[in-house]
Amino acid sequence: MQEEEVLGKAYDARLMRRLIRYLRPYKRHVALGILLSLLVSAMEAIRPYFTKLAVDTDIANGDKNGLLVTILLFLMVMIVRGLLQYVNAYLTQWIGQKTIFDLRMEVFRHIQSRSMRFFDRNPIGRLITRVTNDVEVLNDMFSSGIVMVFSDVFTIIGIFYFMFAMNAELALVTLSVLPFLFWGTFLFRKKAREAYRDVRLQIARINTFMQEHITGMLVDQIFRRERRSYGQFTEINAAHRDANIRSIFYYALFYPAVDLIGAVSIGLIIWYAGANALEGTVTIGTVMAFVQFNEMFWRPIRDLSEKYNILQTAMASSERLFQLLDDTTTIAVAEHPVPLDSVQGKVEFRNVWFSYTPATDGTQSPEWVLKDVSFSIQPGQTIAIVGHTGAGKTSIISLLSRFYDIQKGEILVDGIDIRRLRPADLRRHLAVVLQDVFLFSGTIHDNIDLGNEDIPADRVKAAARIVGAQRFIDQLPAGFDAEVKERGATLSVGQKQLLSFARALAYNPRILVLDEATSSVDTETEFLIQAAIRKLLTHRTSIVIAHRLSTIQTADRILVLHKGEVRETGTHAELLALNGIYRRLYELQYRHQEQAAQ
Amino acid sequence: MKPLLRLIPYLLRYKTTLILGVGTVVGSNLFTVVQPLFLGKAVDEFKLGVETHTYVTSDLLVWAGLIVGFSLIAGIFTFLTRQTIIVTSRNIEYDLRNDLLEHLQRLPYSYFQNTPTGDLMAHATNDIGAVRNVLGPGIMYPSDTLLTCTLVLTLMFFQDWQLTLLSLIPMPLVSIVVYRLGKVIHKKFDERQEQFSKLTTRAQENLSGIRVVKSYVREEYEIGRFEKLSSDYLDKNLVLARVQSIMWPLMFVLVGLSLVITIYFGGLKVIDGAMTIGTLSAFISYLVMLIWPMIAFGWVMNLLQQGAASMARLSAIFDTQPDIRDTEATDRSVTAIAGRVEFRNVTFRHRGSERTVLQNIDLIVEPGTTLAVIGPTGAGKSTLVNLLPRLYDVTSGQLLIDGLDVRTIPLDILRTHIGYVPQETFLFSDTISQNIRFGAFNAPEEELLKAADISQISKDVDDFPNKYGTMVGERGITLSGGQKQRTSIARAVITNPSILILDDALSSVDTHTEEEILRRMRVFMKGRTSIIISHRISTVKDADMIVVLEDGTIVERGTHEDLVALNGRYASLYRKQLLEKELVEL
Repeated sequence: MQEEEVLGKAYDARLMRRLIRYLRPYKRHVALGILLSLLVSAMEAIRPYFTKLAVDTDIANGDKNGLLVTILLFLMVMIVRGLLQYVNAYLTQWIGQKTIFDLRMEVFRHIQSRSMRFFDRNPIGRLITRVTNDVEVLNDMFSSGIVMVFSDVFTIIGIFYFMFAMNAELALVTLSVLPFLFWGTFLFRKKAREAYRDVRLQIARINTFMQEHITGMLVDQIFRRERRSYGQFTEINAAHRDANIRSIFYYALFYPAVDLIGAVSIGLIIWYAGANALEGTVTIGTVMAFVQFNEMFWRPIRDLSEKYNILQTAMASSERLFQLLDDTTTIAVAEHPVPLDSVQGKVEFRNVWFSYTPATDGTQSPEWVLKDVSFSIQPGQTIAIVGHTGAGKTSIISLLSRFYDIQKGEILVDGIDIRRLRPADLRRHLAVVLQDVFLFSGTIHDNIDLGNEDIPADRVKAAARIVGAQRFIDQLPAGFDAEVKERGATLSVGQKQLLSFARALAYNPRILVLDEATSSVDTETEFLIQAAIRKLLTHRTSIVIAHRLSTIQTADRILVLHKGEVRETGTHAELLALNGIYRRLYELQYRHQEQAAQ
Repeated sequence: MKPLLRLIPYLLRYKTTLILGVGTVVGSNLFTVVQPLFLGKAVDEFKLGVETHTYVTSDLLVWAGLIVGFSLIAGIFTFLTRQTIIVTSRNIEYDLRNDLLEHLQRLPYSYFQNTPTGDLMAHATNDIGAVRNVLGPGIMYPSDTLLTCTLVLTLMFFQDWQLTLLSLIPMPLVSIVVYRLGKVIHKKFDERQEQFSKLTTRAQENLSGIRVVKSYVREEYEIGRFEKLSSDYLDKNLVLARVQSIMWPLMFVLVGLSLVITIYFGGLKVIDGAMTIGTLSAFISYLVMLIWPMIAFGWVMNLLQQGAASMARLSAIFDTQPDIRDTEATDRSVTAIAGRVEFRNVTFRHRGSERTVLQNIDLIVEPGTTLAVIGPTGAGKSTLVNLLPRLYDVTSGQLLIDGLDVRTIPLDILRTHIGYVPQETFLFSDTISQNIRFGAFNAPEEELLKAADISQISKDVDDFPNKYGTMVGERGITLSGGQKQRTSIARAVITNPSILILDDALSSVDTHTEEEILRRMRVFMKGRTSIIISHRISTVKDADMIVVLEDGTIVERGTHEDLVALNGRYASLYRKQLLEKELVEL
């Protein structure tokens, strides 16, 4: 479930350049963000200066009005600074969110346009992670990662500027602790990061263990393993605790250390001030201002060191994302596709050879799912395909929809090789009803027209009526607007099938491909389904993977597929007389239906 | 806050450490709060030096040294605070998580069927995490805040009570802002998370239905739907960003206000000679010291609330009583099981369900014989055998083993003597050897090899890179369905059971291997009771008795020959499977 967090280098120029490109539409916002950071940092750095001003100029001279002016000015600067800081914080978040929205849509769009082979190769879980979490990780990078770096750097520069402007020597004395602070902070970051990674690893172990032992609790209990599993768990749990305690140690050490460095710095300020008191180069206000500066510069340093983590995770995620975006598995579209406005409905398979695993190196012969399959269907005819499990029936559907391209032979619609058509054009004239009815969350209506606005509402209703779905839809409290929950959990298998028939009918295709479901339904629904299928098949070219005797009997011709080859063709009576594969299939699958019907 | 009371026993376990921890909080505070006094003295001394033109370097060095020295001592205390209180919170987290697992282990099978694993995982990670926050930061910061405030305020009051009151006006606002905004942020964050899971669900749905999407050329529509949710998610994020962005600037303004008041009114006092510049400087330092406790206070209030909610959820689990366990009725004198199984008018319904899964089952299996159960999906076959190791208890009637009601046999004895191969093979990501030895971890090598031979996994294992030491699962090799089933059979066989249950455990094994396994099994099971569930005639045909289960009742029973002669459901299934065999061979 969780992908191991593999962290590579923190900076990869190639990836970074590609990432920065996503900020291009927002370059003005980024510029504004940097400008605001500059202003906020300047106002942050100027703060102690006001203290000095108040102490050295106003208080020292007993100027009460001057003090009021200074203080009001100080207050104003702080309010303005607060406002700008607010705007800037929001702006950077906005930039980050906008950018990842764009990126997320690009990834989703890209996935939608991949061919079935892509989906065979990439597990759904992995693709979801790309669209959701991997994109999410980049938010930090696009918002705080880029703009806030400027803010931290500006703040440090600003503090330095004011310190040196007030008293260069004292500034040097105060800053003499800075290397320790830098060194300490980065050392802490490194250690804390290592400890954190260890904690993450241990959390993953705990989760894996728990997940496994909750799922397998039955096995644990039946084999009386509770005590031992508990023992194993306490070990993992203890490792997690100890990793955390190690991490606590670094934090426990770091914060007092920062305070101590600060105290040393204050000590140095006092010492220096004392040593130079008589020269008059240091004023009381300066001392007080420096004490404040001293508290200010460790925060931007700490923030800067955090950016390292952000960069590192961003690089790992973006690498995975770009890999996905660079995938080229699509169905090849002909350079000059033949337009397909209307279709007569003639379908022909001409010596079709197909394998899901085409041999790429040409040395090994692929595992053929279809071997030299040929048949043709005249417009308006119905052909039934029967065969035992693994005969290659479903592959025929996938090929006709051009989910995959074949290795040898031709598939023709109205005499045109489907590889010369745009897949979308082809699919528009074709409706596929699959065995497992897939319902989307949304209303009943949405599930029939699939959100297609070209299908008027009355056609949706008519389709539902014709296939006999109207009755149960009307019984739902909200009718066509009733919500389909959790992939249709509230609907029966038969109702779901009727809905998928209505869906196909609403699209009114010239060619219909129907993969009949095998699951048994009650007699009443069975009657409805049979009637619906009859209506579906009339006046259109139909290919049916038949599991019902009634469907087979309405077909113009039956094709017996066995182990990837067309072994027998003919009508029901002809094939029975042949006493071959069909005869056995009939005995196995269809005969009891005949008995039941009688 | 009441749910948190449950944590008291855990806290008491570490009371010495915790008391020490609170002691270190006192120490670090005492040594910290006096530092501004030294600074103030230093500033005054400095001023005096400048005004009187005397060298004050050595005096100032004393103050500087005191500041550094006290800071060092305070630092040591702070270090110890974290090392005691926060470390304790991790220890209690450890205890809680162990206790949670231990409790879960005692809960019956039905509990796990009704509770999504994801929910339990969330409790084990998020809720325990939230509770730990109460125990660590929730103890450390309030005690710190309380002490700092008391000490600092006392000192400030002693120096100048009027200025203290004035400068503190904005401070409570800091706590309130953090508390209020923290609440809003938490809520907005939840809303954002909710939208994120909607987005994830949508992606999941789209990808699961990608064939339909492509068939009906609905890609653009799907992109539109996803875009809508993405854009809602964007909005939710921006709402959250707006609230989050306001927090720190607002706090800075409030703290700044405090500072401005102090400098102004303090400044006036200094001008009037009512206060020294050093005291003013110390005041400023005190204010800075109060900022963090004020923030922490508001923050901790939220932590406590979230922790209480999480603890309430955890308590719900801890309060779930296991209903399948040893009771007063348990007969402790039972130490072994011979294997006679008798169902006496057994009826079973899941708790809270109307549907009868098993109805009036009467069945006797003598030791040393094999019972086969066959029937369509959902007929109640698995439930029937699940009653034996008491994964469920009967609703009415009685299940007797060796003439004793199973509910009176000690659970440990009962399960130890039953070898069970569940329908859904579950192996742990561990070595093959560990998986087989799961219920008999002390079994010697030869027993392991024997079990592996009976289950026919031995040949496969010999081809694995590390033989029996090969890892299975994510971090090792992926076993085929048949290999998993055979490992699972070996796991049951090695426990040397009196009763062996195979719940459709050969479905992924090819017919030839199946024959081999069944032949070895017959030898091994001599004198023991076997119950085999299957869909395949080939698996059940040699059983001493075959029952056909349909809708929870036994509709046919007898030997293979009896049932074929009966020409009923079993016979029809038999004919179909013969035909299927013919077809495959064509």
